[in-house]
Amino acid sequence: MSRYFADRAAKRLVFILGVSAFLILVLIAVFIFREGVPAFQELGFSLFGTKWYPSRDAFGILTMLVGSVVVTLLALALAIPLALGCAIFLAEVAPSRIRQLTRPAVELLVGIPSVVYGLVGLVVLAPLIADISGQGSGSSVLAAGIVLAIMVLPTVTSISEESLRAVPPQYKEAALAMGATQWQTIRCVLLPTARSGIIAAVILGTGRAIGETMAMVMVIGNSPIFPDSIFSPARTLTGNIALEIGHATGTHESALFATGAVLFVLVMLINSIGLVVHRRMAR
Amino acid sequence: MDLKIQTKNLDFYYGEVQALRRVTLEVKEHQITALIGPSGCGKTTFLRTLNRMNDIIPRSRLEGEVLLDGQNIYDNGVDVVEVRKRVGMVFQQPNPFPKSIYENVAFGSKMLGMNHSAVLDEVVEKSLRQAALWDEVKDDLKRSALMLSGGQQQRLCIARVLAVEPEVILMDEPCSALDPAATLKIEELMQELKKEYTIVIVTHNMQQAARVSDLTGFFLLGELVEYGTTGELFSRPRDRRTEDYITGRFG
Amino acid sequence: MRLSPKLTQRIAWGFIWAAGISAVVILLLIVVYVIARGLPVFGSEFFFSEPKGGISGEGGISSVFVSTIWLIATTMVILIPLGIGAAIYLAEYAPDNWLTRLIRYGVELLAGVPSIVFGLFGFAIFVMALNFSYSILAGALTLACLLLPFLIRSAEEAMKVVPRSYREAALALGATKWQMTKSVVLPAAIPGIITGIILCVGGVVAESACLYVTMGGSAGMPTSFFDGGRSLAVHVFYLAMETNALDKALATGAVLIVLILIINLITRWLAWRFRARMEGKA
Repeated sequence: MSRYFADRAAKRLVFILGVSAFLILVLIAVFIFREGVPAFQELGFSLFGTKWYPSRDAFGILTMLVGSVVVTLLALALAIPLALGCAIFLAEVAPSRIRQLTRPAVELLVGIPSVVYGLVGLVVLAPLIADISGQGSGSSVLAAGIVLAIMVLPTVTSISEESLRAVPPQYKEAALAMGATQWQTIRCVLLPTARSGIIAAVILGTGRAIGETMAMVMVIGNSPIFPDSIFSPARTLTGNIALEIGHATGTHESALFATGAVLFVLVMLINSIGLVVHRRMAR
Repeated sequence: MDLKIQTKNLDFYYGEVQALRRVTLEVKEHQITALIGPSGCGKTTFLRTLNRMNDIIPRSRLEGEVLLDGQNIYDNGVDVVEVRKRVGMVFQQPNPFPKSIYENVAFGSKMLGMNHSAVLDEVVEKSLRQAALWDEVKDDLKRSALMLSGGQQQRLCIARVLAVEPEVILMDEPCSALDPAATLKIEELMQELKKEYTIVIVTHNMQQAARVSDLTGFFLLGELVEYGTTGELFSRPRDRRTEDYITGRFG
Repeated sequence: MRLSPKLTQRIAWGFIWAAGISAVVILLLIVVYVIARGLPVFGSEFFFSEPKGGISGEGGISSVFVSTIWLIATTMVILIPLGIGAAIYLAEYAPDNWLTRLIRYGVELLAGVPSIVFGLFGFAIFVMALNFSYSILAGALTLACLLLPFLIRSAEEAMKVVPRSYREAALALGATKWQMTKSVVLPAAIPGIITGIILCVGGVVAESACLYVTMGGSAGMPTSFFDGGRSLAVHVFYLAMETNALDKALATGAVLIVLILIINLITRWLAWRFRARMEGKA
């Protein structure tokens, strides 16, 4: 009868593992929000103020929220056209030999640690920007935006390429047979058919960009101020947590958890938008 | 002839859809019982109720009784695993595991805790011989079963079932994916096997049912329309619908 | 003025070629740059001595490398049983009910959360509340949480693609559910599961944010997993931000790129094996 015992034991074990994995994940979410509550109770809406001076008990995270959003938008503005062009290139235009070389390369680049991108930004890009703008070290919103754009480029490219490839070849042939040029075929047939996959790619890239931490700390300058130009330094929500959690106590610590909660909500928001758009498209 | 399996007023539902209606049928020992009917008539569903393979389909429901040697296999406390060991099954698509030929045949014995290699060797050889596959594969036992042809794979699946020493073998359109030569081999095999086992076969091929079976049941829309000896049913069908079907008026 | 289709075709083609070539060139340039500047630093002193600290960034990466190995091992010991067990539950046992849907939703939800948020949690629970302080253990526990959703999803996916016919054949032969899972489903799914695990190793190697706040910056040779330490990625950050040794940072970056390349090649090879086995060629 031992195999029946093993069967029952295995069933119980994997159930316990499954539920505990779930509980750990729930615990994380609940914990982040719960620890942020004191800051909210104490500071109220001034938590969303513009002044972050922990030594003077001012914990406004709006500056960092703006920093994160601005850098992300800049990165997307730079990355999306390039990624789309590159995806079309790989899916439709490139000779198959180039394609065979670039696809694995793009996949490799998805896995490269973010600190490596940050490092190159710090060593190459920042001095260049300092030269152009003539001020500071070059650590700036622009440097962060470019680094982030390069980081999300492989992700957005490879997923967009996949969805372009998933379009049935008959669609393309039908358009070409009607005398459309290749570009007209791509614009009027391929892109509309693949759009929900492309949007998913962009959403995923956005989530990555908002969450990126160390590479941002390396190139954005980290001053908790409103950026007034793309050459000005700023600070992201993620960087704020990384830089200060080690020495924060009391309200300061709670304010950092509130920062984490805001990040959490931001990512949820982005993902739900993705989901809604995806459902619309599916109809 | 002894009764092996008996179903009484069997109803089966997939969710809200009723797939079997009041099916009452008797399977005789050491006979081949064929189940025929157009696709979607419930013959495969019925076959799968005989070893409780339908248990794994979510939101399905069964009413009525299936008696194996007089014992209802759906009673509380009946061990499903034991039922399936006694009532083996061969599927429509040959489905060998992605393991060696040897591992495939030895699988069931290993599940029962048999690890003695001499005994396993013996079981493997005996089962492959019974399935008329031994001569073709005896030098390749360590090769992947997926290297075999479709017909060989199906005979391997039969050998795999035989190794567990079942009492009944259920076959769900076992030849539908095979060519005529491979089909003939399986049909010959069935004649050999019926000496030791009881066989129930679902087939969409009426000639096959007429060639191999002793008893035939005709299913339509989840009902068992007619059941009798194969000779009777094909030459003097009692029901009009059976006659229409076997003369090719629909289906 | 309307442009003729021919002209727009030319312009669009020009842009697409430019985008394709420049994206690939930019990305490859980064890799080539890091390796080219890092390579001259490679040598026995770099690989076999510990970082000596200070603003000039003397020393090598030996202890950092060892810490990374410790971190990978500890993380995997925690992550694998939990992740694979949960995946087996979801793929084979979970009934189709609200609890299962809730678990799936939770896993899905947490998969997109930034790693620094996990770091925040790890810092508060493992470093502070459980008093592991900055340590490899705290880092590994945090990483295990971070990678858990990914591993569950990829292992479940690997099991889901095992054909149903294998499961039916095993059950029809009188196997118990666990025997079916252990002897048929898991062997068939194992290359996919291992690919998931190796990608998690890649995640450990590449991750920096949540380690920065849970493992601390100690650069010494670890003697147990209660010691603090730096992974290679965190070391790159410290070298870049706190020393002048940018060449050493680039060399460490080059080591990271090589590690990721190796991991990438292994997963490719495994994926190829997986397909071959499913098609009966292996």
